[in-house]
Amino acid sequence: MSYSEYSQSYLTIAVLIGAGAGMFGLMLGLARLVRPTRPQLDKYVTYESGSDPIGGWGQANVRYYIYALLFVMFDVEAVFIFPWALRVDSLGVFGLVEVGIFIVILALGLLYAWRKGVLRWV
Amino acid sequence: MTAAASTLALEIPWGVLLGAKVMIILTLLPLTALILGYVFLMKMMAHMQSRLGPMDPGGFHGWFQLIGDGIKFIQKEDVMPADADRRVFALAPMIILISTFVVYAVIPAGPRLVVEDLEVGIFFALAVSSLSVIGVLMAGWASSNKFALLGALRAAGQLIAYELPLVLAVVGVIMQAGTMSLQGIVGAQANGEIFGWGAVGNPFVLTQAVGFVLFLAAAQAELTQTPFDMPVAESELVAGYQVEYTGFRWLFFQMSEYATAFALAGIAATLFLGGWYVPGVEGTAADVLGPLVLFAKIMAISFVIFWVRFTYPRFREDQLQAMAWKYLIPLSLLNILVTGILKVVF
Repeated sequence: MSYSEYSQSYLTIAVLIGAGAGMFGLMLGLARLVRPTRPQLDKYVTYESGSDPIGGWGQANVRYYIYALLFVMFDVEAVFIFPWALRVDSLGVFGLVEVGIFIVILALGLLYAWRKGVLRWV
Repeated sequence: MTAAASTLALEIPWGVLLGAKVMIILTLLPLTALILGYVFLMKMMAHMQSRLGPMDPGGFHGWFQLIGDGIKFIQKEDVMPADADRRVFALAPMIILISTFVVYAVIPAGPRLVVEDLEVGIFFALAVSSLSVIGVLMAGWASSNKFALLGALRAAGQLIAYELPLVLAVVGVIMQAGTMSLQGIVGAQANGEIFGWGAVGNPFVLTQAVGFVLFLAAAQAELTQTPFDMPVAESELVAGYQVEYTGFRWLFFQMSEYATAFALAGIAATLFLGGWYVPGVEGTAADVLGPLVLFAKIMAISFVIFWVRFTYPRFREDQLQAMAWKYLIPLSLLNILVTGILKVVF
Protein backbone atom coordinates (compact mmCIF):
# COMPACT_ATOMS: atom_id res chain seq x y z
CA MET A 1 0.00 0.00 0.00
CA SER A 2 1.50 3.32 -1.05
CA TYR A 3 1.75 6.29 1.26
CA SER A 4 -1.03 8.25 -0.44
CA GLU A 5 -3.42 5.30 -0.25
CA TYR A 6 -2.52 4.89 3.40
CA SER A 7 -3.20 8.51 4.24
CA GLN A 8 -6.33 8.49 2.05
CA SER A 9 -7.83 5.62 4.02
CA TYR A 10 -7.34 7.50 7.29
CA LEU A 11 -8.66 10.68 5.69
CA THR A 12 -11.86 8.69 5.05
CA ILE A 13 -12.02 7.85 8.75
CA ALA A 14 -11.49 11.51 9.66
CA VAL A 15 -14.30 12.54 7.30
CA LEU A 16 -16.55 9.91 8.89
CA ILE A 17 -15.85 11.27 12.37
CA GLY A 18 -16.76 14.72 11.10
CA ALA A 19 -19.94 13.38 9.50
CA GLY A 20 -20.90 11.68 12.79
CA ALA A 21 -20.46 14.95 14.66
CA GLY A 22 -22.45 16.68 11.90
CA MET A 23 -25.32 14.22 12.21
CA PHE A 24 -25.36 14.73 15.97
CA GLY A 25 -25.55 18.51 15.55
CA LEU A 26 -28.12 18.33 12.76
CA MET A 27 -30.52 16.07 14.65
CA LEU A 28 -30.28 18.17 17.82
CA GLY A 29 -30.82 21.28 15.69
CA LEU A 30 -33.92 19.77 14.10
CA ALA A 31 -35.24 18.79 17.52
CA ARG A 32 -34.65 22.37 18.72
CA LEU A 33 -37.08 23.65 16.05
CA VAL A 34 -39.83 21.34 17.23
CA ARG A 35 -39.42 20.95 20.97
CA PRO A 36 -40.95 23.28 23.57
CA THR A 37 -38.91 25.31 26.04
CA ARG A 38 -40.68 26.22 29.26
CA PRO A 39 -38.04 26.94 31.87
CA GLN A 40 -38.98 26.30 35.51
CA LEU A 41 -36.39 26.30 38.27
CA ASP A 42 -37.56 22.93 39.64
CA LYS A 43 -36.77 21.23 36.36
CA TYR A 44 -33.08 21.99 36.71
CA VAL A 45 -32.64 20.36 40.11
CA THR A 46 -30.55 17.20 39.98
CA TYR A 47 -32.84 14.16 39.92
CA GLU A 48 -32.10 11.83 42.80
CA SER A 49 -35.36 9.91 43.09
CA GLY A 50 -37.30 12.80 44.56
CA SER A 51 -35.25 13.70 47.63
CA ASP A 52 -33.42 17.02 47.57
CA PRO A 53 -29.82 16.47 46.46
CA ILE A 54 -27.15 17.23 49.07
CA GLY A 55 -23.84 18.29 47.62
CA GLY A 56 -22.85 17.64 44.05
CA TRP A 57 -20.57 14.75 43.26
CA GLY A 58 -20.62 11.73 45.55
CA GLN A 59 -17.69 9.61 46.61
CA ALA A 60 -16.56 6.71 44.49
CA ASN A 61 -15.32 3.29 45.54
CA VAL A 62 -11.53 3.06 45.33
CA ARG A 63 -11.89 -0.50 43.92
CA TYR A 64 -12.54 0.93 40.46
CA TYR A 65 -9.11 2.56 40.52
CA ILE A 66 -7.39 -0.78 41.17
CA TYR A 67 -9.33 -2.42 38.35
CA ALA A 68 -8.21 0.41 36.09
CA LEU A 69 -4.57 -0.30 37.03
CA LEU A 70 -5.04 -4.01 36.29
CA PHE A 71 -6.65 -3.09 32.99
CA VAL A 72 -3.66 -0.99 31.90
CA MET A 73 -1.37 -3.96 32.55
CA PHE A 74 -3.41 -6.35 30.43
CA ASP A 75 -4.23 -3.86 27.70
CA VAL A 76 -0.56 -3.18 27.09
CA GLU A 77 -0.06 -6.94 27.02
CA ALA A 78 -2.69 -7.24 24.31
CA VAL A 79 -0.88 -4.61 22.23
CA PHE A 80 2.33 -6.67 22.43
CA ILE A 81 0.56 -9.94 21.57
CA PHE A 82 -1.01 -8.63 18.36
CA PRO A 83 2.23 -8.27 16.31
CA TRP A 84 3.25 -11.80 17.30
CA ALA A 85 -0.20 -13.16 16.43
CA LEU A 86 0.22 -11.79 12.90
CA ARG A 87 3.55 -13.59 12.42
CA VAL A 88 3.03 -16.85 14.32
CA ASP A 89 4.16 -18.99 11.42
CA SER A 90 7.35 -17.14 10.55
CA LEU A 91 8.45 -16.72 14.18
CA GLY A 92 7.84 -20.39 14.91
CA VAL A 93 8.90 -22.09 18.14
CA PHE A 94 11.12 -19.17 19.20
CA GLY A 95 8.19 -16.71 19.13
CA LEU A 96 5.88 -19.16 20.83
CA VAL A 97 8.28 -19.71 23.76
CA GLU A 98 8.89 -15.97 24.12
CA VAL A 99 5.17 -15.16 24.16
CA GLY A 100 4.55 -18.11 26.48
CA ILE A 101 7.02 -16.65 29.00
CA PHE A 102 5.46 -13.20 28.53
CA ILE A 103 1.93 -14.47 29.17
CA VAL A 104 3.00 -16.59 32.16
CA ILE A 105 4.69 -13.57 33.80
CA LEU A 106 1.52 -11.50 33.36
CA ALA A 107 -0.64 -14.37 34.58
CA LEU A 108 1.56 -14.46 37.68
CA GLY A 109 0.81 -10.76 38.12
CA LEU A 110 -2.91 -11.47 37.97
CA LEU A 111 -2.46 -14.38 40.38
CA TYR A 112 -0.59 -12.07 42.78
CA ALA A 113 -3.39 -9.51 42.62
CA TRP A 114 -5.90 -12.32 43.15
CA ARG A 115 -4.04 -13.66 46.22
CA LYS A 116 -3.73 -10.14 47.61
CA GLY A 117 -7.53 -9.94 47.56
CA VAL A 118 -7.73 -7.21 44.93
CA LEU A 119 -10.37 -9.14 43.01
CA ARG A 120 -12.52 -9.63 46.10
CA TRP A 121 -15.27 -7.05 46.37
CA VAL A 122 -15.61 -6.02 50.01
CA MET B 1 -7.48 -2.91 -1.56
CA THR B 2 -8.57 -5.35 -4.25
CA ALA B 3 -8.00 -4.74 -7.93
CA ALA B 4 -11.74 -4.43 -8.50
CA ALA B 5 -12.01 -1.69 -5.92
CA SER B 6 -9.19 0.35 -7.45
CA THR B 7 -10.67 0.18 -10.97
CA LEU B 8 -13.95 1.33 -9.49
CA ALA B 9 -12.14 4.19 -7.78
CA LEU B 10 -10.62 5.20 -11.14
CA GLU B 11 -14.03 5.51 -12.77
CA ILE B 12 -15.60 7.58 -10.00
CA PRO B 13 -13.65 10.49 -8.45
CA TRP B 14 -12.43 9.64 -4.96
CA GLY B 15 -14.29 12.52 -3.33
CA VAL B 16 -17.63 11.50 -4.84
CA LEU B 17 -17.12 7.91 -3.76
CA LEU B 18 -16.24 9.07 -0.25
CA GLY B 19 -19.35 11.25 -0.11
CA ALA B 20 -21.53 8.33 -1.16
CA LYS B 21 -19.91 6.07 1.44
CA VAL B 22 -20.44 8.64 4.18
CA MET B 23 -24.09 9.05 3.20
CA ILE B 24 -24.61 5.28 3.26
CA ILE B 25 -23.11 4.96 6.74
CA LEU B 26 -25.14 7.98 7.92
CA THR B 27 -28.38 6.25 6.94
CA LEU B 28 -27.22 2.78 7.91
CA LEU B 29 -26.48 3.59 11.55
CA PRO B 30 -29.94 4.84 12.59
CA LEU B 31 -31.56 2.23 10.34
CA THR B 32 -29.77 -0.72 11.94
CA ALA B 33 -30.48 0.67 15.40
CA LEU B 34 -34.17 0.91 14.46
CA ILE B 35 -34.24 -2.63 13.06
CA LEU B 36 -32.72 -4.13 16.20
CA GLY B 37 -34.88 -1.95 18.44
CA TYR B 38 -38.02 -2.88 16.55
CA VAL B 39 -37.49 -6.58 15.94
CA PHE B 40 -35.84 -7.55 19.20
CA LEU B 41 -36.47 -4.93 21.86
CA MET B 42 -40.14 -4.44 21.01
CA LYS B 43 -41.53 -7.50 19.30
CA MET B 44 -39.35 -10.29 20.64
CA MET B 45 -39.39 -8.99 24.21
CA ALA B 46 -43.13 -8.40 24.00
CA HIS B 47 -43.65 -12.02 22.98
CA MET B 48 -41.16 -13.53 25.42
CA GLN B 49 -42.24 -11.51 28.45
CA SER B 50 -45.94 -11.12 27.59
CA ARG B 51 -45.68 -7.33 27.41
CA LEU B 52 -48.90 -5.85 26.07
CA GLY B 53 -47.84 -2.22 25.60
CA PRO B 54 -45.58 -2.48 22.54
CA MET B 55 -48.05 -4.86 20.83
CA ASP B 56 -50.89 -2.35 20.78
CA PRO B 57 -50.27 0.90 18.83
CA GLY B 58 -51.35 0.90 15.20
CA GLY B 59 -52.99 -2.52 15.18
CA PHE B 60 -50.94 -5.36 13.69
CA HIS B 61 -48.29 -6.32 16.28
CA GLY B 62 -48.01 -2.68 17.33
CA TRP B 63 -46.15 -1.62 14.18
CA PHE B 64 -46.62 2.06 15.04
CA GLN B 65 -44.86 1.87 18.43
CA LEU B 66 -41.38 2.87 17.22
CA ILE B 67 -42.65 5.73 15.03
CA GLY B 68 -44.70 6.98 17.95
CA ASP B 69 -41.63 6.82 20.17
CA GLY B 70 -39.69 8.88 17.65
CA ILE B 71 -42.41 11.52 17.53
CA LYS B 72 -42.45 11.56 21.32
CA PHE B 73 -38.70 12.06 21.63
CA ILE B 74 -38.49 14.90 19.14
CA GLN B 75 -41.06 16.87 21.17
CA LYS B 76 -39.30 16.45 24.50
CA GLU B 77 -37.86 19.50 26.21
CA ASP B 78 -34.07 19.56 26.45
CA VAL B 79 -33.44 19.77 30.20
CA MET B 80 -29.91 20.17 31.52
CA PRO B 81 -29.47 20.20 35.30
CA ALA B 82 -28.28 23.52 36.71
CA ASP B 83 -25.30 21.89 38.46
CA ALA B 84 -24.16 20.00 35.37
CA ASP B 85 -20.85 20.61 33.66
CA ARG B 86 -22.62 21.91 30.57
CA ARG B 87 -20.07 21.42 27.82
CA VAL B 88 -19.04 17.93 28.90
CA PHE B 89 -22.68 16.99 29.44
CA ALA B 90 -23.58 18.06 25.90
CA LEU B 91 -20.62 16.35 24.23
CA ALA B 92 -20.85 12.94 25.97
CA PRO B 93 -23.52 11.39 23.68
CA MET B 94 -21.60 12.58 20.63
CA ILE B 95 -18.43 10.73 21.70
CA ILE B 96 -20.43 7.53 22.17
CA LEU B 97 -22.18 7.96 18.81
CA ILE B 98 -18.94 8.57 16.92
CA SER B 99 -17.22 5.57 18.53
CA THR B 100 -19.98 3.40 17.05
CA PHE B 101 -20.12 5.26 13.78
CA VAL B 102 -16.51 4.66 12.81
CA VAL B 103 -16.69 0.89 13.46
CA TYR B 104 -19.19 0.60 10.58
CA ALA B 105 -16.47 1.82 8.22
CA VAL B 106 -14.33 -1.32 8.43
CA ILE B 107 -16.98 -4.08 8.32
CA PRO B 108 -17.07 -5.53 4.80
CA ALA B 109 -20.44 -6.50 3.28
CA GLY B 110 -19.08 -7.79 -0.04
CA PRO B 111 -15.83 -8.01 -2.01
CA ARG B 112 -16.14 -4.32 -2.95
CA LEU B 113 -18.67 -3.18 -0.37
CA VAL B 114 -16.53 -1.74 2.38
CA VAL B 115 -16.00 1.89 3.25
CA GLU B 116 -12.33 1.45 4.12
CA ASP B 117 -10.58 -1.89 4.36
CA LEU B 118 -7.81 -0.82 6.75
CA GLU B 119 -4.70 -2.99 7.12
CA VAL B 120 -5.30 -3.02 10.87
CA GLY B 121 -9.09 -3.31 10.46
CA ILE B 122 -10.07 -5.43 13.45
CA PHE B 123 -7.55 -3.72 15.75
CA PHE B 124 -8.93 -0.36 14.69
CA ALA B 125 -12.54 -1.45 15.23
CA LEU B 126 -11.84 -2.71 18.76
CA ALA B 127 -9.80 0.38 19.64
CA VAL B 128 -12.42 2.80 18.40
CA SER B 129 -15.39 0.99 19.92
CA SER B 130 -13.73 1.11 23.34
CA LEU B 131 -13.69 4.93 23.15
CA SER B 132 -17.30 4.85 24.32
CA VAL B 133 -15.97 4.37 27.89
CA ILE B 134 -14.83 7.99 27.79
CA GLY B 135 -18.28 9.16 26.71
CA VAL B 136 -19.94 7.16 29.48
CA LEU B 137 -17.59 8.57 32.12
CA MET B 138 -18.14 12.09 30.75
CA ALA B 139 -21.91 11.66 30.93
CA GLY B 140 -21.85 10.31 34.47
CA TRP B 141 -19.39 12.86 35.79
CA ALA B 142 -20.92 15.91 34.13
CA SER B 143 -24.42 15.10 35.42
CA SER B 144 -23.34 16.01 38.96
CA ASN B 145 -25.69 13.30 40.18
CA LYS B 146 -24.71 10.56 42.62
CA PHE B 147 -26.63 7.87 40.74
CA ALA B 148 -25.10 8.95 37.47
CA LEU B 149 -21.58 8.91 38.89
CA LEU B 150 -22.09 5.45 40.41
CA GLY B 151 -23.50 4.17 37.15
CA ALA B 152 -20.68 5.68 35.12
CA LEU B 153 -18.00 4.14 37.36
CA ARG B 154 -19.69 0.76 37.22
CA ALA B 155 -19.93 1.09 33.45
CA ALA B 156 -16.29 2.09 33.14
CA GLY B 157 -15.18 -0.77 35.40
CA GLN B 158 -17.26 -3.21 33.40
CA LEU B 159 -16.32 -1.94 29.95
CA ILE B 160 -12.59 -2.08 30.65
CA ALA B 161 -12.82 -5.49 32.35
CA TYR B 162 -14.66 -7.05 29.40
CA GLU B 163 -12.63 -5.17 26.83
CA LEU B 164 -9.78 -7.60 27.59
CA PRO B 165 -11.52 -10.93 26.80
CA LEU B 166 -13.03 -9.23 23.72
CA VAL B 167 -9.60 -8.21 22.41
CA LEU B 168 -7.82 -11.42 23.47
CA ALA B 169 -10.54 -13.61 21.91
CA VAL B 170 -9.80 -11.94 18.57
CA VAL B 171 -6.08 -12.79 18.77
CA GLY B 172 -6.81 -16.46 18.02
CA VAL B 173 -8.59 -15.49 14.80
CA ILE B 174 -5.73 -13.22 13.76
CA MET B 175 -3.26 -16.06 14.34
CA GLN B 176 -5.26 -18.33 12.06
CA ALA B 177 -5.90 -15.72 9.39
CA GLY B 178 -2.44 -14.10 9.48
CA THR B 179 -3.95 -10.65 8.83
CA MET B 180 -5.86 -7.97 10.72
CA SER B 181 -7.76 -6.67 7.67
CA LEU B 182 -11.39 -7.79 7.88
CA GLN B 183 -11.49 -8.53 4.14
CA GLY B 184 -8.36 -10.63 4.63
CA ILE B 185 -10.02 -12.54 7.47
CA VAL B 186 -13.08 -13.24 5.31
CA GLY B 187 -10.75 -14.40 2.55
CA ALA B 188 -8.82 -16.66 4.93
CA GLN B 189 -12.08 -18.30 5.99
CA ALA B 190 -13.25 -18.66 2.39
CA ASN B 191 -10.00 -20.33 1.33
CA GLY B 192 -9.60 -22.38 4.50
CA GLU B 193 -9.88 -26.11 4.65
CA ILE B 194 -11.16 -28.42 7.35
CA PHE B 195 -8.93 -31.54 7.26
CA GLY B 196 -8.39 -31.02 3.56
CA TRP B 197 -12.07 -30.47 2.74
CA GLY B 198 -12.63 -26.92 1.54
CA ALA B 199 -16.10 -26.84 -0.04
CA VAL B 200 -17.51 -24.32 2.45
CA GLY B 201 -14.16 -22.88 3.58
CA ASN B 202 -13.34 -22.80 7.25
CA PRO B 203 -15.54 -20.48 9.30
CA PHE B 204 -13.36 -19.82 12.35
CA VAL B 205 -16.23 -20.68 14.68
CA LEU B 206 -15.21 -24.30 14.09
CA THR B 207 -11.54 -23.90 15.03
CA GLN B 208 -11.98 -20.97 17.43
CA ALA B 209 -15.14 -22.09 19.21
CA VAL B 210 -13.75 -20.98 22.58
CA GLY B 211 -12.88 -17.60 21.13
CA PHE B 212 -16.38 -17.25 19.69
CA VAL B 213 -18.05 -17.93 23.04
CA LEU B 214 -15.63 -15.56 24.81
CA PHE B 215 -16.28 -12.88 22.20
CA LEU B 216 -20.07 -13.17 22.54
CA ALA B 217 -19.94 -13.10 26.36
CA ALA B 218 -17.66 -10.08 26.34
CA ALA B 219 -19.78 -8.35 23.69
CA GLN B 220 -22.85 -8.85 25.86
CA ALA B 221 -21.04 -7.06 28.70
CA GLU B 222 -19.68 -4.33 26.41
CA LEU B 223 -23.25 -3.59 25.34
CA THR B 224 -24.38 -3.56 29.00
CA GLN B 225 -27.13 -6.01 28.02
CA THR B 226 -28.94 -7.66 30.83
CA PRO B 227 -26.93 -10.20 32.69
CA PHE B 228 -24.34 -7.40 32.72
CA ASP B 229 -26.61 -4.37 33.08
CA MET B 230 -25.33 -3.23 36.48
CA PRO B 231 -24.37 0.25 35.15
CA VAL B 232 -27.94 1.12 34.15
CA ALA B 233 -29.72 -1.11 36.70
CA GLU B 234 -33.02 0.75 36.65
CA SER B 235 -34.34 -0.69 39.91
CA GLU B 236 -31.43 0.64 41.96
CA LEU B 237 -29.64 3.33 39.97
CA VAL B 238 -32.66 4.74 38.11
CA ALA B 239 -30.77 4.65 34.80
CA GLY B 240 -27.13 5.07 35.79
CA TYR B 241 -25.23 7.59 33.72
CA GLN B 242 -28.31 8.37 31.60
CA VAL B 243 -30.42 9.72 34.49
CA GLU B 244 -30.18 13.40 33.64
CA TYR B 245 -30.54 13.07 29.89
CA THR B 246 -33.82 13.86 28.15
CA GLY B 247 -35.30 13.75 24.68
CA PHE B 248 -32.94 13.55 21.75
CA ARG B 249 -29.77 13.48 23.82
CA TRP B 250 -31.05 10.39 25.61
CA LEU B 251 -32.12 8.92 22.30
CA PHE B 252 -28.50 9.10 21.15
CA PHE B 253 -27.49 6.80 24.01
CA GLN B 254 -30.16 4.30 22.99
CA MET B 255 -29.35 4.57 19.31
CA SER B 256 -25.63 4.03 19.98
CA GLU B 257 -26.40 1.01 22.13
CA TYR B 258 -28.35 -0.74 19.38
CA ALA B 259 -26.01 0.40 16.64
CA THR B 260 -23.08 -0.95 18.66
CA ALA B 261 -24.94 -4.23 19.12
CA PHE B 262 -25.31 -4.40 15.34
CA ALA B 263 -21.65 -3.50 14.78
CA LEU B 264 -20.32 -6.03 17.31
CA ALA B 265 -22.59 -8.72 15.86
CA GLY B 266 -21.23 -7.71 12.45
CA ILE B 267 -17.65 -8.11 13.67
CA ALA B 268 -18.50 -11.48 15.26
CA ALA B 269 -20.16 -12.62 12.01
CA THR B 270 -17.12 -11.50 10.00
CA LEU B 271 -14.51 -13.00 12.31
CA PHE B 272 -16.16 -16.29 13.17
CA LEU B 273 -19.01 -17.06 10.75
CA GLY B 274 -17.33 -16.26 7.45
CA GLY B 275 -18.76 -12.75 6.94
CA TRP B 276 -20.30 -12.04 3.52
CA TYR B 277 -18.76 -15.08 1.86
CA VAL B 278 -21.10 -17.48 0.10
CA PRO B 279 -19.43 -20.65 -1.22
CA GLY B 280 -19.17 -20.60 -5.01
CA VAL B 281 -20.36 -17.01 -5.50
CA GLU B 282 -17.85 -14.45 -6.77
CA GLY B 283 -17.58 -10.98 -8.27
CA THR B 284 -20.67 -8.82 -8.66
CA ALA B 285 -23.00 -11.60 -7.55
CA ALA B 286 -21.12 -11.67 -4.22
CA ASP B 287 -21.63 -7.91 -3.92
CA VAL B 288 -25.37 -8.45 -4.22
CA LEU B 289 -25.68 -11.60 -2.13
CA GLY B 290 -23.00 -10.67 0.43
CA PRO B 291 -24.87 -7.94 2.30
CA LEU B 292 -27.95 -10.17 2.61
CA VAL B 293 -25.93 -13.10 3.95
CA LEU B 294 -24.06 -10.82 6.36
CA PHE B 295 -27.33 -9.27 7.50
CA ALA B 296 -28.84 -12.71 8.17
CA LYS B 297 -25.78 -13.70 10.22
CA ILE B 298 -25.87 -10.42 12.16
CA MET B 299 -29.56 -10.92 12.94
CA ALA B 300 -28.86 -14.47 14.12
CA ILE B 301 -26.10 -13.28 16.49
CA SER B 302 -28.22 -10.34 17.68
CA PHE B 303 -31.02 -12.78 18.36
CA VAL B 304 -28.74 -14.70 20.74
CA ILE B 305 -27.60 -11.48 22.42
CA PHE B 306 -31.19 -10.33 23.03
CA TRP B 307 -32.41 -13.80 23.89
CA VAL B 308 -29.90 -13.92 26.76
CA ARG B 309 -30.88 -10.38 27.69
CA PHE B 310 -34.55 -11.21 28.06
CA THR B 311 -33.96 -14.49 29.87
CA TYR B 312 -31.37 -14.01 32.62
CA PRO B 313 -31.40 -11.92 35.80
CA ARG B 314 -28.69 -9.38 36.58
CA PHE B 315 -25.22 -10.20 37.90
CA ARG B 316 -24.16 -8.59 41.16
CA GLU B 317 -21.27 -6.12 40.77
CA ASP B 318 -18.69 -8.40 42.45
CA GLN B 319 -19.85 -11.44 40.46
CA LEU B 320 -19.61 -9.37 37.31
CA GLN B 321 -16.01 -8.34 37.94
CA ALA B 322 -15.05 -11.83 39.13
CA MET B 323 -16.48 -13.34 35.95
CA ALA B 324 -14.18 -11.21 33.82
CA TRP B 325 -10.97 -11.36 35.85
CA LYS B 326 -11.13 -14.89 37.23
CA TYR B 327 -12.67 -16.79 34.34
CA LEU B 328 -12.85 -15.01 30.98
CA ILE B 329 -9.40 -13.38 30.94
CA PRO B 330 -7.40 -16.49 32.06
CA LEU B 331 -9.46 -18.57 29.62
CA SER B 332 -8.72 -16.20 26.73
CA LEU B 333 -4.98 -16.24 27.56
CA LEU B 334 -5.08 -20.03 27.59
CA ASN B 335 -6.91 -19.95 24.25
CA ILE B 336 -4.09 -17.87 22.75
CA LEU B 337 -1.40 -20.23 24.03
CA VAL B 338 -3.20 -23.36 22.85
CA THR B 339 -3.88 -21.83 19.43
CA GLY B 340 -0.23 -20.80 19.22
CA ILE B 341 1.03 -24.27 20.13
CA LEU B 342 -1.30 -25.99 17.65
CA LYS B 343 -0.39 -23.48 14.96
CA VAL B 344 3.36 -23.90 15.42
CA VAL B 345 3.36 -27.67 15.91
CA PHE B 346 1.07 -28.54 12.98
